[in-house]
Amino acid sequence: MAEAFQFELVSPERLLLSEQIIEVVVPGTEGYMTVMAHHAPLMATVKPGVVTVKTPDGKPDSYVVFGGFVDITPDGCTLLAESAVHVTDIKADELQNRIKDAQEDFEDATTREDRAKAEDLLGQLKTLEEAIKAV
Amino acid sequence: MPSLKDLRNRIASVKATQKITKAMQMVAAAKLRRAQEAAEAARPYSQRMAAVLANIASNVDGDDAPVLMSGTGKDDVHLLIVCTSERGLCGGFNAQIARLARDHARRLLADGKTVKIITVGKKGADILRRDLGKNIIDHVNLREVKTLGFVNADEIGHKIITLFNEGAFDVATLFYSEFKSVIAQIPTAQQLIPASAIGDVEPESAGDAVYEYEPDPAAILGDLIPRNISVQVFRALLENAASEQGARMSAMDNATRNAGDMINKLTMSYNRQRQAQITKELIEIISGAEAL
Repeated sequence: MAEAFQFELVSPERLLLSEQIIEVVVPGTEGYMTVMAHHAPLMATVKPGVVTVKTPDGKPDSYVVFGGFVDITPDGCTLLAESAVHVTDIKADELQNRIKDAQEDFEDATTREDRAKAEDLLGQLKTLEEAIKAV
Repeated sequence: MPSLKDLRNRIASVKATQKITKAMQMVAAAKLRRAQEAAEAARPYSQRMAAVLANIASNVDGDDAPVLMSGTGKDDVHLLIVCTSERGLCGGFNAQIARLARDHARRLLADGKTVKIITVGKKGADILRRDLGKNIIDHVNLREVKTLGFVNADEIGHKIITLFNEGAFDVATLFYSEFKSVIAQIPTAQQLIPASAIGDVEPESAGDAVYEYEPDPAAILGDLIPRNISVQVFRALLENAASEQGARMSAMDNATRNAGDMINKLTMSYNRQRQAQITKELIEIISGAEAL
């Protein structure tokens, strides 16, 4: 049995999850990563994606986050999400709206930097859409 | 001297008013509870955000720090973000925030600085428009917002950051009312940019282990600080919402009590007058009988 550690998922509106878990998969900006107990201290930004946690009873649970960052300390792991919902609560039109916004941003971007940023976000959201369908 | 009928009408109207203020007080109490819950639910995020920021700020050299944190090095143009309520009838709530902001603006203007104002909420805008109207550059309307979400705050945050990036101001200060209790709301000014207060929080200790950053600390900080501004605005809006309901509750409580006093007074003079009239009629009858 793997060791459990404290994981917290917080959005600005409320604390979504705070419990002992075995592992969590976090969508880092530079790639998905699995965090388990005694992970090296790390701070990373998070892209829009699916967070999957595994509780000690082996039950996986998924949340959709839209950007944020994760702080891993020896005591536990905290994910500060810009916006987070349980995967079953996500509304299809909300995601569509975000994709549409990103698309508009991409088309309206004037500088190359903005354009690249918007394109990244758009790509991430589309991947997320696929991922949610798969769940 | 008002007639008996006039008095009766007055009493009826004051009673109707009392019913309204009583109902408003109870509605405010219910809303206050919800607003307090929302403020409480948002607390973990801002606390962790502060801890993380302090942690990361201590790892970034002064030179690498984003301008949002270190400031532009000038303080010529000040931006005041004044958060007030959309509705009135809440005692001195809006007036207090507006007064604090106005005094601040006057002081800055006296020092020869430029002042720009963004108002959030209609009531504060109405008050400030009177003598600082030409300084108001933008107004955020929250009238249609039923439950305050992070998106509302994020919009304001984005507005501030866009202005900052365009070089429209050097220092940003946020005005709102801090919720202490139902009877005490304290108008507060909080400096947003440069974010000097970040360093004040004790960094969370990571033991002796070396922190890793992905991507590099400066990039994370650059991402975090704009978000932190939205979080601060969100917190201010939530505090404001709770304060507004608290202020309305005590204002309506006072109004209900005053209406009660007034009813007592009016009833007293009504009864007196009625008695006087009865006495008068009796005298008339008796003196009429005696004359026979």
